[in-house]
Amino acid sequence: MRRRLAPYLLVLPGGLWLAIFFVLPMVVMLSFSLMQGDVVNGFQLTWHWQNYTDSLSAYDDQLIRSLVYGLLATAACVLLAYPAAYWIAFRGGSRKSTYLFLMLLPFFVSFVLRTFSWKFLLADDGIVLGPLKNAGLLPQDFHVLATGFAVVAGLTYNYLPFMVLPIYVALERVDPRLIEAAQDLYAGRAQAFLRVVLPLSVPGVFAGVLMTFVPVSADYVNATVLGGTNNTMIGNVIQNLYLVNNDYPQAAALSFALMAILLIGIFAYARALGTEDVLEVAAR
Amino acid sequence: MTTMTQAGPAVRARRGRHGWGDRLLYAYTWLIIVWLCLPIAVMIAFGFNNAKGRLNLTWQGFTFTWYGKLFAVPDLTTALVNSLTIAVLAALGATVLGTLIGLALGRFRFRGQGALNLVQFAAISAPETVMGASLLSFFVQLGVGRGYLTILVSHIMFSLSFVAVTVRARVLTLDPFVEEAAQDLGASGWTTFRLVTLPMIFPAVLAGGLLAFALSIDDFIITSFNSGSTLTFPLWIWGAQKNGLPPQVNVMGTLIFLAGVLLAVGNAVLARRRR
Repeated sequence: MRRRLAPYLLVLPGGLWLAIFFVLPMVVMLSFSLMQGDVVNGFQLTWHWQNYTDSLSAYDDQLIRSLVYGLLATAACVLLAYPAAYWIAFRGGSRKSTYLFLMLLPFFVSFVLRTFSWKFLLADDGIVLGPLKNAGLLPQDFHVLATGFAVVAGLTYNYLPFMVLPIYVALERVDPRLIEAAQDLYAGRAQAFLRVVLPLSVPGVFAGVLMTFVPVSADYVNATVLGGTNNTMIGNVIQNLYLVNNDYPQAAALSFALMAILLIGIFAYARALGTEDVLEVAAR
Repeated sequence: MTTMTQAGPAVRARRGRHGWGDRLLYAYTWLIIVWLCLPIAVMIAFGFNNAKGRLNLTWQGFTFTWYGKLFAVPDLTTALVNSLTIAVLAALGATVLGTLIGLALGRFRFRGQGALNLVQFAAISAPETVMGASLLSFFVQLGVGRGYLTILVSHIMFSLSFVAVTVRARVLTLDPFVEEAAQDLGASGWTTFRLVTLPMIFPAVLAGGLLAFALSIDDFIITSFNSGSTLTFPLWIWGAQKNGLPPQVNVMGTLIFLAGVLLAVGNAVLARRRR
């Protein structure tokens, strides 16, 4: 009897915590997204579906920009991370863990502080652009901050380690004898890579994309710090509607729409890649 | 925090055979590392900057002043203390709750397991903006004022699944017969857990706890939705940056960085010695 109850007793406290502070808030937010009213007079559930259409048409620019920035930053992460992960996995020798550790160093500094550090580095007359401008190599009005490029670069920077790790893990598992076998069968080095190593590393790339695309698309820290006022993302809008305007119904509708779009994107991507169940990959 | 992997026997030194392509990749890898570490170097350096006034933007000479005046900005100190105490409490809470779930998931098959896995996966991968927004909706609906407690509650929520996943992975590698042997020898359930199970899963519990601490102390987005007027270290930086960050921020960032690196390296060295 005790044996049968044991798993439920073990799961109970944490499960309740997740139910109350994760699942229930999602339900509350869903109901908020169908309400009307304001902070002073309270909100009533009126099944006001227009919250979705209204907010999506009002902020479609920011939504599309978020998805575009998310895709660009994720793609940049894959392209930048893959060669480094490859080198560490196949040529890192006994120093593999050291190289990986160096790549993870940014995690020991607060995310916000790192982003401000870039703002400081890239400032219009800062320590990088200042000397270049003084030397006449760049026009005086040249700037990096407050551009879409700065936002995408910042997002790429902040999430690159999340891409390096899973790709490295996948490549590390590739048996070098498979590459030798391919070469014995007269595959060139490029062909051995394209037809043996690359396909075997797809699950790693997949996990990396999963770990970067969602948080990157919903981020607002980089857009606020590095993007100025013309490159705001959907996260900025949600944050603003919630904390400044107190327009909870519209904000809730936007949050849900964002999550739905990201989820649909991920499942479509999983189907297109033909990899196993998303959950299975994520569980690893 | 980092899993230190041993170099497999399959990877032998085969350098030289691949010439310039390898050297290019080697240089590239270092370039990425330098890029990743550049903002950290700047942060550390400007903690030693002899800055005048409130702005810490240009290099004006080396000084240790800010290490001496570390706590000279009162609300920054309060924010740091908030961050540290919240991180410790959140790590403790998440470690207890997460370890229990991890044990159950690794040891038993039970009804509702699939649902639990799904919720945990969602809690790990849902965008922070959405999680923060939903928690705020929840607290607003309940009429709960936001502050220290709501931050703590949310931090335990988003980090406990990470602990559970870490512990579960460890439990799955254990031999269940060891526990049965202990019970055959007359140990009670609690004694078995304390003397047999816990020591075996302890490395994972510790790793999960450290991860929860790191996630909590670094969190900005979820905290910003649920903080009310309470400030944590990242929130203080966010609010203060319009007027320029004082060098104390750099010093605190540097000290947190060093503590984290020392812990991780120490942990790796210990793990290697244990092997």
